[in-house]
Amino acid sequence: MEKVLTKDVQPDGSALDIKRYELAGGYQGARKALKMAPKEVIEVVKQSGLRGRGGAGFPTGMKWSFVPGGADAPHPKYLCANADEMEPGTFKDRLLMEETPHQLIEGMICAAYAIEADVAYIFLRGEYFLSAERLRKALAEAYEHNYLGTNILGSGYNLEMHLHLSGGRYMCGEETGLLNALEGKRANPRTKPPFPQISGLFGKPTIVQNIETLCNVHHIINKGPEWFKGLSKSEDSGTKLYGASGKVKRPGLWELPMGTTIREILEEHAGGMKEGLRFRGLLPGGASTDFLVEEHLDVKMDFTDVQKAGSRMGTGTMIVMDDRTCPVGFVKNLEHFFAQESCGWCTPCWSGLSWAEKMLQSIEDGQGQEPDLERLEYICRMAAPGNTFCALAPGAVEPLQSALKYFREDFERHIHEKRCPWR
Amino acid sequence: MLSPEERQEIEAEFGHYPDKRALTIDAMKIVQKHRGWVSDEALKDVSEILGVSVSELDSVATFYNLIFRKPVGRHVIMVCDSISCWMMGYDRLRDHLTSRLGIKMGETTADGRFTLLPIVCLGTCDHAPAMMVDEDLHRDLDTEKVDSILEQYT
Repeated sequence: MEKVLTKDVQPDGSALDIKRYELAGGYQGARKALKMAPKEVIEVVKQSGLRGRGGAGFPTGMKWSFVPGGADAPHPKYLCANADEMEPGTFKDRLLMEETPHQLIEGMICAAYAIEADVAYIFLRGEYFLSAERLRKALAEAYEHNYLGTNILGSGYNLEMHLHLSGGRYMCGEETGLLNALEGKRANPRTKPPFPQISGLFGKPTIVQNIETLCNVHHIINKGPEWFKGLSKSEDSGTKLYGASGKVKRPGLWELPMGTTIREILEEHAGGMKEGLRFRGLLPGGASTDFLVEEHLDVKMDFTDVQKAGSRMGTGTMIVMDDRTCPVGFVKNLEHFFAQESCGWCTPCWSGLSWAEKMLQSIEDGQGQEPDLERLEYICRMAAPGNTFCALAPGAVEPLQSALKYFREDFERHIHEKRCPWR
Repeated sequence: MLSPEERQEIEAEFGHYPDKRALTIDAMKIVQKHRGWVSDEALKDVSEILGVSVSELDSVATFYNLIFRKPVGRHVIMVCDSISCWMMGYDRLRDHLTSRLGIKMGETTADGRFTLLPIVCLGTCDHAPAMMVDEDLHRDLDTEKVDSILEQYT
């Protein structure tokens, strides 16, 4: 199978410097893009079917086409790389930044050029120190070789690129929360519309894009949309970084064709469950996705099929739960995270999630009541999309609502036996 | 008073943003890098440089968990308490650390050597459980490994 995003990953975990990156074919995509019209770049990305790898799966080319272009467009325009990888269970963008920093910069140059951005920021989570160090070095090299700065490679295009290290908090990964954080404010979400493509960072047209998505762009420019579609085993294009953590034999991260089945990832790549443990369920793409269980193992890991199965592919890094882990404790851990990370901007989130956490704790402690399960379902309904400013609360209740569906007897056992059967 | 280095590092970032008020987080992190935390006095100094009120700065500082408004120990231990680490033994690690250091989560040892904090998912879930000490990531932990790691930080 052809590796795209991880083809330059070295056995010793080092990153290629600019010379070696160029020798490996690096910056050819950027060179090609700079000779095209920005609109053509958007068109190629549209045709490729590339969808956002941050979790939502929005078509990338379409997103860019909403940015006002041409001579009358407002400037400066911005590109923000969302490197705030903080979705629990997700560890894919770290690899791309630590081990392929030039790949990210090249993808960003192409994306920035497509929307005619003047300034690009890499919004990096504050704990990723090795990523920061390697990105700083790669940025300096890219400036030195005129892939960044003024009149890039004689094209007449100018682009500044800066690294911003976050002060923390999950909310910074939310598109508009990230913009507020970059403006030096609290990372509360903004009301949409206006959408960031029209009025984003400092009130100017802005695209916020996930790292893995950006790392695909120059490959698509270089090799074409048909090649990109051909990499996949399903109707969603490209390859995907899939991961597995939790109770599997070989936790890890693998670049595989989009649409590889959950079973293949779990059994062939992750080596199946650890000795003596039975599979009970998994979150397919991070903490804010619905549980999938045994009956879903042959589902293809892509945006379309996982959604049909009642969940979301999310970030594509699965969290695998076994039969010796308490599902109530598992969900309690998740709701603790979401309640803590809620920014407090809207009620279903700050109130609903901390209420959910407290109820789950009391069920775990053997003090749960029968109506608690209906109350938890009520919170899931109240935190549904449309009732909140951003996707934090709707995402937070996805594992909760599906745990109540698939592991209901475990919740009921806690209540009837007045204890956690796993303790 | 901010040191000349702190001031210089903050001013070097001015050109990265169209408005220097956007530098609140960067500036406080620069101060913290030099002093370990951000005091009321430092907040006042940053406020003057950036033209942002002290209360606004404090509202930003208290939103972000990596900005410390209280003094911390020489080394800050951050233990991941998110889902994959929780499944792979976070509770045991936390209990071991709290009993060995004789402090609770959120506290600093009497000798000022360590501050112990929980942290959300560190993005290294295939090597759970994990923790950071200062800028270093430590993975695939067990209690023995934690003991030898602590020795490295004096």
